[in-house]
Amino acid sequence: MSSEALKKTPLNESHRTLGGKMVDFGGWDMPVQYPAGVIEEHLRTRTAIGLFDVSHMGEIWVEGSDAIAFVNSLTTNDVRKLVVGQAHYSAFLNEEGGVVDDLLVYKFADDRLLLVVNAGTTEKDWEWINSHKGQFNVDLKNASADYCQIAIQGPKAIELAQRFTETELSSIKYYHFKEGTFDGVAAIISRTGYTGEDGFEIYAAADEAARIWSNLLDSGRDLGILPCGLAARNTLRLEAAMSLYGHELSDTISPLEANLGWICKLDKEAFIGKSVLETQKSSGLTRKLVGFEMTSPGIARDGYEVSVGDEKIGVVTSGSPAPYLKKNIGLALVKAEFANAGQEITIEVRGKRISARVVPTPFYKRSK
Amino acid sequence: MSNIPENLRYSKDHEWVLIEGSTATIGITDYAQHSLGDVVYVDLPRIGDKFASGAAFGSVESVKAVSEIFTPVTGNVSAVNDQINDTPEAVNKDAYGAGWMVKITMDNSGEADALLSAAEYEEYLKASE
Repeated sequence: MSSEALKKTPLNESHRTLGGKMVDFGGWDMPVQYPAGVIEEHLRTRTAIGLFDVSHMGEIWVEGSDAIAFVNSLTTNDVRKLVVGQAHYSAFLNEEGGVVDDLLVYKFADDRLLLVVNAGTTEKDWEWINSHKGQFNVDLKNASADYCQIAIQGPKAIELAQRFTETELSSIKYYHFKEGTFDGVAAIISRTGYTGEDGFEIYAAADEAARIWSNLLDSGRDLGILPCGLAARNTLRLEAAMSLYGHELSDTISPLEANLGWICKLDKEAFIGKSVLETQKSSGLTRKLVGFEMTSPGIARDGYEVSVGDEKIGVVTSGSPAPYLKKNIGLALVKAEFANAGQEITIEVRGKRISARVVPTPFYKRSK
Repeated sequence: MSNIPENLRYSKDHEWVLIEGSTATIGITDYAQHSLGDVVYVDLPRIGDKFASGAAFGSVESVKAVSEIFTPVTGNVSAVNDQINDTPEAVNKDAYGAGWMVKITMDNSGEADALLSAAEYEEYLKASE
């Protein structure tokens, strides 16, 4: 697809000016890395600050007296447990218990929720949500084009972000958010992220993006900020063992298989896919997601076969070098009986079987 | 703008070749390392392995991708750079020096004449932009 046909975030010019290597990511023209390179971008996020354009994500408002009941009927996590100013990770399931998308649900008020969904699935999710509206008293709005979203991640993220707002950022707990101003304009300031580091995701009007981005890079120079592309975003989330839709999650993978039982609140009222999860829970899972690390030289990649002896037991869902841990790691969906830390496995890497071992996840956890 | 040393020959698959008598030293070009990004692992053959011109003798891996490397000449592997995986970033930083991969004793040194000169490789890169 020519780059003219690809969708662009409001930061497209900024990425090009910075020397970003642009690629087609699910129909979006996005930077896979900048001149510093993936490894440097990854390490800088773990030790200082990484700056990410995530404006391609989708934002859907659900408003009205039935907002909570409606979203609760569509998602696995329990929206009733959220307080105003809190967000949680959740999933939309289909009738077979497979994942339609993973998302964040933000509670602004009892009658006002914001759903933040993946870039490649925004349209699919929008149609799916609308098709289930039924008799619920809700107004739905796809506001994705109105927002930019910039993620500031790393141990020094809070120090930098504080320079841009009067809101006391240390008072925002993890997975909580406040409405305030950021760099002089209205913004949602959310203490969330996809890297395993502390940090913030800033939602502001799309036309403010380029200025905020540039100001963050300038101001953050003394703190060691680097802009980071999609490749570093992937290696960071993999070290933190966070799922990526289309890899660890898909419409044929249940959240229980993907170690997301913690976001599945089976004690709440009916939601799409609930009965399938209940059955899986009582009869036991036949396959599970595990983390592994390579124990011989070689890198496992997405889609490679996993075996124990001559028995094929599963497939790699995400595999890559881990720049901070300096190992080669991955996640794999395997037969449940082999899903135990310490299990020796082999992975077929372009015709050769390379040894690996199942390890506990996350691979990386930040110190505070 | 790629670095393309004058004293080397090149293949259309972005390998460089240093010809010294019947020995061909092979690596990947500055253009190739730049396209790949940070190299994390190089899979090399063993000494004694034999390859025909155009065959894949190994692969070079970046964080995101794997690329096969092809020998532009026929012959036996006489040496491999076994330091390369200690510092795979040498492929990025010093593609024509410390980033060398294998040495092949050519069956037929005439094969080297079919390779591109530095000027021809530069033209080739411009044409494929």
